[in-house]
Amino acid sequence: MTTEKKKKDSAKKLKIALYWAASCGGCEIGMLDIDEKILDITAAADIVFWPVALDTKYKEVEAMDDHSIDVCFFNGGIRTSEHEHLAKLLRKKSKVLISFGACAVSGGVPGLANLSNREEVFKTVYLENPSIDNPQKILPKTKSDVKEGDLTLPEFYDIVKPLHQVVEVDYFLPGCPPPPWLIIDAFNAIVEGKLPPKGSVLAPLKSVCDECRFKLSEKKIDKVKRVYELEKIEEKCFLEQNVICLGPATRSGCRGRCMEANMPCTGCGGLLPNALDQGGSMISALASILGIEAEQGASDEEVDKLLEEVRDIVGTFYKYTLPASLINRKVMK
Amino acid sequence: MKTITIDPITRLEGHGKINIFLNEHGDVENAYLQIPELRGFEKFSEGRRAEDMPQITSRICGVCPVAHHIAAAKALDAAFHVEPPVAAMKLRELLYCGYIIYDHILHFYFLGGPDFVVGPEAPAAKRNILGVIEKAGLDVAKDVIKHRAYGQKVTAILGGKATHPVSGLPGGVSKGLNQDESKEIKDMVISCNRFAKFSLELFDDIVLKNKEYVNLIRSDSYTLKTYNMGLVDKNNKVNFYDGMIRVTDQDASEVEKFAVHEYTNHIAERVEEWSYMKFPYLKAVGWHGLTDGKKSGIYRVGPLGRLNAAEGMATPQAEKEYKRMYDTLGGKPVNSTLAFHWARLIELLYVTERAKELIEDPDITSTHIRNPVGTPGAGCGVVEAARGTLIHDYKLDKNGLIQKANLVVATTNNAGAITMSVRDAAKGVITKGNVNEGLLNKVEMAFRAYDPCFGCATHTLPGGMPLTVNIYDHKKNLTKTISQA
Repeated sequence: MTTEKKKKDSAKKLKIALYWAASCGGCEIGMLDIDEKILDITAAADIVFWPVALDTKYKEVEAMDDHSIDVCFFNGGIRTSEHEHLAKLLRKKSKVLISFGACAVSGGVPGLANLSNREEVFKTVYLENPSIDNPQKILPKTKSDVKEGDLTLPEFYDIVKPLHQVVEVDYFLPGCPPPPWLIIDAFNAIVEGKLPPKGSVLAPLKSVCDECRFKLSEKKIDKVKRVYELEKIEEKCFLEQNVICLGPATRSGCRGRCMEANMPCTGCGGLLPNALDQGGSMISALASILGIEAEQGASDEEVDKLLEEVRDIVGTFYKYTLPASLINRKVMK
Repeated sequence: MKTITIDPITRLEGHGKINIFLNEHGDVENAYLQIPELRGFEKFSEGRRAEDMPQITSRICGVCPVAHHIAAAKALDAAFHVEPPVAAMKLRELLYCGYIIYDHILHFYFLGGPDFVVGPEAPAAKRNILGVIEKAGLDVAKDVIKHRAYGQKVTAILGGKATHPVSGLPGGVSKGLNQDESKEIKDMVISCNRFAKFSLELFDDIVLKNKEYVNLIRSDSYTLKTYNMGLVDKNNKVNFYDGMIRVTDQDASEVEKFAVHEYTNHIAERVEEWSYMKFPYLKAVGWHGLTDGKKSGIYRVGPLGRLNAAEGMATPQAEKEYKRMYDTLGGKPVNSTLAFHWARLIELLYVTERAKELIEDPDITSTHIRNPVGTPGAGCGVVEAARGTLIHDYKLDKNGLIQKANLVVATTNNAGAITMSVRDAAKGVITKGNVNEGLLNKVEMAFRAYDPCFGCATHTLPGGMPLTVNIYDHKKNLTKTISQA
């Protein structure tokens, strides 16, 4: 192949970028779990930026033309000044920006840190933990002088934000991590130019209950049990076993794998279509199940009692969505 | 004084940054590895339902979620005063073997391998999995992909899903194995055992038969004389799932051996204002800065740390390879950082043998996989993550909510050692201000040995680690930028 032809082919190929911010790396593994399909992706697209795998530096991304990246997959929430900088930079350089995985979409598990602020996090991590030896109360600083010169660190913000609170996002691909079949569907849609309208979530519209093989019958739930309190985990709906399962309030796409392993849904698929708040959806689902046998539904007292038995409302109902929920952080004095 | 900044380097959980300071002669005065990332799991674990911890903490790392998942489940066993049934412990250990299989395969073939298979100073564009395929052949590449997927599959069968498994509970596991699943796993682990042996042969052919590589492994720039730490069984053999934490010194003599709940008597963590990562050290020896030797409490964990801290492997094939490594490299302990790669392959062989023992154990298909929990209290759990000793320590309230959580993570245990290895490699290759592209990879190699996790995603894609070296003059003006082409 001549250099000219190579250049021409290369110009036709899609340009894709991938980045991770405040995340665990599970989204990169999720990418990898599409197995040999990744070969099709590299055949159809040039990956121009993927810090975990490629040699492209921030400076080179800065030098790219605006909108020169066709699609950017961005995983991880925005926790530090470095994440925010990269989010803004990649938005500018990309035609399409996909918020990838629970952390980018809604903060994810690390978003639970919004129950405290920087000062409290630092205090626990660097001053109070039982293995800490820090009599001088040293805390990491954005700029420190060592004897040879200066060292800098990015700023650790007070709270975690989902990507769309920092820049405009075109599509959302939820899950922790997104399952391989949804990733493959998204790639096919990109390659074939068949992406849905902007703002869409690239996952099924149904709830996890719709995909789960265990169905909720007409049984009323009147108390909350913890999963380890069950004498035996039965082959049936967890709500029927009085264990909180986020299935009714969570978007599907996962094929119910957690329930197949005899554990309840914890909500990683995020909000249902048209819902404003995952925890709110779950509470109203519980209220309706609680009142399944009552004509007028459950009373407020009954719902309150049930919620008290949950013990940790935020961690149970907002495990992946706190920063994107209606009340997205603890009020700090 | 000139500063060389390497930023970004990509690490397990985001980013790392290296600053190298040159003196007026252009030689390396000092170097710092900074971790610019913190998510604060220990804080936001407070108030959570205890049983959520195996799933919450797996989000610390999506490359080694199983390590956190199992460490958490074990800490909950202790905190709820319950001993899981024998079958549950075997199922957890088998799940664990699946995880080490996929993790160690990735490390060697996608991360460390290219430096040796293709060459440490080969062009950056070749120093990757594609270069490995080119040199070792497409059949090898297919085998690599297949066996990595097998490890993931074993993990997914037992854990519900491989990335962020769900089956770990206080008192046992939520899911057992049926006969079909058991048969499927057995076939896969037998195949993985063959592949592990092949990988050691490949290492022999490509690395050990190359004098230049052997010299590099043995060179001072890649040698660190620290203490070593790892979990051992009652015979002092390496164990990933359970045992006592053993520490050996620079003469390979045991200096400490303790149960995990005593860890705060033995380990302390230092905070430095220039990094978000903490620096653990042995309390009995103390913190004396970033220096090695008997007087410094810095220790190493991970494959080489584990092998050095033990007296052998518990399975026959791995034991033979263990002895061969020490015979070849001049006895115990081995202090060559690059020998981490060899140790990793010996461990890969071990987990395939161990997985076969477990899957052939009649207990493995037992349906008695969970015991009822007792009253909530406090407890610690420990496992050997792919990268080293991992400790979870929880205090629960009467409602089974987390009051306090402390996590001493594998990579953190190596913080001091990695920083020193990078510094020493930089000192070895940068002299009289000569900085070139080849240097970058040799600096990379110093910590690739410890922290291979970013390689997990280099599946089929070209490229090494993204490194930029900026050289500043004493007025902090940028005078030169070097990057891998």
